[in-house]
Amino acid sequence: MTAVPIDHIRNFSIVAHIDHGKSTLADRLIELTGALDQREMAGREQVLDSMDLERERGITIKAQTVRLTYRARDGKEYILNLIDTPGHVDFAYEVNRSLAACEGSLLVVDASQGVEAQTLANVYQAIDNNHEIVPVLNKIDLPAAEPEKVKQQIEDVIGLDASDAIGISAKTGENVPAVLEAIVTRLPPPKGDREAPLKALLVDSWYDAYLGVIVLVRIVDGVLKKGQRIRMMGTGASYEVDRVGVFTPKRIEVDELGPGEIGFLTASIKEVADTRVGDTITDERRPAAAPLPGFRPAQPVVFCGLFPVDAADFEDLRAAIAKLRLNDASFTYEMETSAALGFGFRCGFLGLLHLEIIQERLAREFDLDLIATAPSVVYKVTLTNGDEIELHNPVDLPDPVKIKGIHEPWIRATILTPDEYLGAILKLCQDRRGVQIDLSYVGNRAMVKYDLPLNEVVFDFYDRLKSVSKGYASFDYQLTDYRESDLVKMQILVNGEPVDALAMLVHRSRAESRGRAMVEKLKELIPPHMFQIPIQAAIGGKIIARETVRALRKDVTAKCYGGDVTRKRKLLEKQKEGKKRMRQFGKVDIPQEAFIAALKVDV
Amino acid sequence: MPGHDLAPDAGGPPAPRGEPFGVYVHWPFCLSKCPYCDFNSHVRREPIDEARFVRAFAAEIATTAARTPGRTVSTIFFGGGTPSLMQPATVAAILDAIAAHWAVDPEVEVTLEANPTSVEADRFRGYRTAGVNRVSLGVQALDDAALAALGRLHTAEEALAAVAVARRIFDRYSFDLIYARPQQSPEAWRAELERAIAEAADHLSLYQLTIEPDTPFASLAAAGRLAVPDEEQARALYDVTQEVCDAHGLPAYEISNHARPGAECRHNLLYWRAGEYAGIGPGAHGRLRVDEAWRATATEKRPESWLMRVEATGHGLVADEPLSRAERGDEFLLMGLRLAEGIDPARFAAITGRPLDARRIAMLEADGFVERTPPGRLRVTRAGFPVLDAIVADLAA
Repeated sequence: MTAVPIDHIRNFSIVAHIDHGKSTLADRLIELTGALDQREMAGREQVLDSMDLERERGITIKAQTVRLTYRARDGKEYILNLIDTPGHVDFAYEVNRSLAACEGSLLVVDASQGVEAQTLANVYQAIDNNHEIVPVLNKIDLPAAEPEKVKQQIEDVIGLDASDAIGISAKTGENVPAVLEAIVTRLPPPKGDREAPLKALLVDSWYDAYLGVIVLVRIVDGVLKKGQRIRMMGTGASYEVDRVGVFTPKRIEVDELGPGEIGFLTASIKEVADTRVGDTITDERRPAAAPLPGFRPAQPVVFCGLFPVDAADFEDLRAAIAKLRLNDASFTYEMETSAALGFGFRCGFLGLLHLEIIQERLAREFDLDLIATAPSVVYKVTLTNGDEIELHNPVDLPDPVKIKGIHEPWIRATILTPDEYLGAILKLCQDRRGVQIDLSYVGNRAMVKYDLPLNEVVFDFYDRLKSVSKGYASFDYQLTDYRESDLVKMQILVNGEPVDALAMLVHRSRAESRGRAMVEKLKELIPPHMFQIPIQAAIGGKIIARETVRALRKDVTAKCYGGDVTRKRKLLEKQKEGKKRMRQFGKVDIPQEAFIAALKVDV
Repeated sequence: MPGHDLAPDAGGPPAPRGEPFGVYVHWPFCLSKCPYCDFNSHVRREPIDEARFVRAFAAEIATTAARTPGRTVSTIFFGGGTPSLMQPATVAAILDAIAAHWAVDPEVEVTLEANPTSVEADRFRGYRTAGVNRVSLGVQALDDAALAALGRLHTAEEALAAVAVARRIFDRYSFDLIYARPQQSPEAWRAELERAIAEAADHLSLYQLTIEPDTPFASLAAAGRLAVPDEEQARALYDVTQEVCDAHGLPAYEISNHARPGAECRHNLLYWRAGEYAGIGPGAHGRLRVDEAWRATATEKRPESWLMRVEATGHGLVADEPLSRAERGDEFLLMGLRLAEGIDPARFAAITGRPLDARRIAMLEADGFVERTPPGRLRVTRAGFPVLDAIVADLAA
């Protein structure tokens, strides 16, 4: 492959809400341009989502690219680079960097559903990146499709001209060729100087067992070649390029990548952590004067402890976390010791979805049974001596007399909902200490903006929102600022002993109701023992809620003779197995599900 | 015969001569199935060919004895089913077969379970002549309505008459009662138990009614048509049982078994002390020490299939598995802690190769559920027995 003339290149991404058809459209584009033949496409629904988890949840976690070769109606051949971006707010920064690698976006909206909150956040990011945006109305073949109404919505809500939106059915393929033609005619080609020093944007990276780290790049200026010595301007590390190539989506090596092109490089890089999304790659001998703007290191915002259910699995957990981290540098971990749970790790995540994904991958790909402690946000604690500390774990909160103030992170949430659920949603936001910022209507749908403390959202906000809106509300958020707050540490005492894994920081006004809900839930989850077990929620020395697990009164097999021994032994083995899945706190065995369920209480 | 039997048997690998060795013989037939019973019992319309069974029992005894040479049989127990449906000659033939293949202790205890009906009481003398020296009668209740509800084929009066016959013929007899029956009040149970003790010699088995899966009672209970006492009521009935029996000098030597000191059932003690026993007959379980290793054995449950297996191969074994040290340890705990005498922790350590968890013992001790006795034994206390299963699970964990 030789260098492509820059005005024959189009770089684009697809902005869409979950289930609005992004992956199906991508499949059709790949098919139409012949990047994969029928046999290769067969059985490969959603070619770009490679992880099982991505397919199941309909989300994209890692950015992927596909280089499509398309002969347009003008008779010329174009290179179309599709970047498939993660769509979730947890990965907002990654999305932003992927968008920065393109000049335009397809805004895909389900013609029967309309604009959703997540679409909004991503489309605004695209606009911020100066994208040319082509609205595409998908699923026009559905009886419920209302293309005209949705066009109006796009104009009203987003402020985009939707008059020449393209109506398609990605499922049937109807009118998809018009999309390809629009990419060529309506999106601008990239700009760049082939003679300038190399300047390439690091879009994403992942670990490959054979090649080491594969780095996805967008060349802005200059040329990237095999054998070239490159330097990461953010980290300062330098490498020699082993391979340069593109994905079609098959991995194909090329001699060089020039300005405007999107492709990959490998350079014997051992860990994904050595490659920072948003970093600028330059030529070591002839470096660029300044890096590309917009780079910032990944910043975890939600923390939780992960502990093996069976303490003997700690080393396995350590190995699994290290292996996952090879491929996802955005989560952080450090060893943690809990009086209750033994050895584990305190992990930092980009958000709640990210947390769930990592937990699920540990369970699935490494077959580990884990206990996750209450998710916690990063608090900023100012001490009376003037020091400021960042608190990742409520257990580490200093003595209250040494604390001058605690600041907690706030978010701005955007919620789109059918009118009939608005009341319930406003109440939910109000209950979570929300401050209403805006309320407007788009047809029969309401759009509310709320400022909310992140710590009220990390619990079960999303689950609650789904349940009060029967799944119709969509939700997105961005971190805004830190605000001072009257937070207290709530301890849970089981049989008089504090269980550190259940400790949390809560707002004083919410402490009692949350404490009550927690002890009630724990009462259901802790099986009766030979003695009564008081379960208490406490702030400092003050008990704010209390329940009691009744004592066993009668638990003995009446008849047990020679013929019963085998059966009884097998029962005992099962009981022992069950006990292994519990954690001992003093004399009390607490089932692991108690740790998780207690955090999901509905207050 | 008592005295030495109550000393706990020594632990450790080799089988010294003189260790107790039990033989359990299962007679799998009943005249009718009781709705609470999940034992291996079968009802047959045709007469049972007892002679054919005798030959099969003898064959299985011979095969089992060949694996366990040098033992001296100290106890024999005929259980069922309803062993008192056997002709005395059948019992005699089985005892002869045992004596032909093992040495038998001159003071051997031979127990036979019997239904307390007049027909069966008529055979008691014949059993005595055959060598039976102890009977255990399934009286179950002294209330005719309760007996009918339990599916029993006898009245209270008939049962007490059978007890009287047993008293005349045997030095040692025992009977069973079932309590915590539907709607049974502590007062009613107290009165019934007092009456029973007046009839009892020196041994009583008192079982709380348990709803076993796959029994007619289980279906009734699931349908809400059988109101069994809840945990609190069951506990009250249990407490009454201990109080009344203690007052009459019949302390519990095991969870559900009461005896005057010295009158304990030696055969059952063998089970609870994790001793060695052979299981003969359909659906019988054994614990045998073969070539220094403990094995758990079980035979085919269906009588006709068992017969055919034994006739073809000399035994009816369908399970014959080695027990790991941990499994032996579990059995030692779950059986031994049922006894008032408790267990010897050193024997547990010898069996499993690890001591009991001292921290767990200390916590249970602090709560008054277990205690140590001066010779260094560990036993469950009066407060602990009602929640024994939880204690065992705790100690075994």
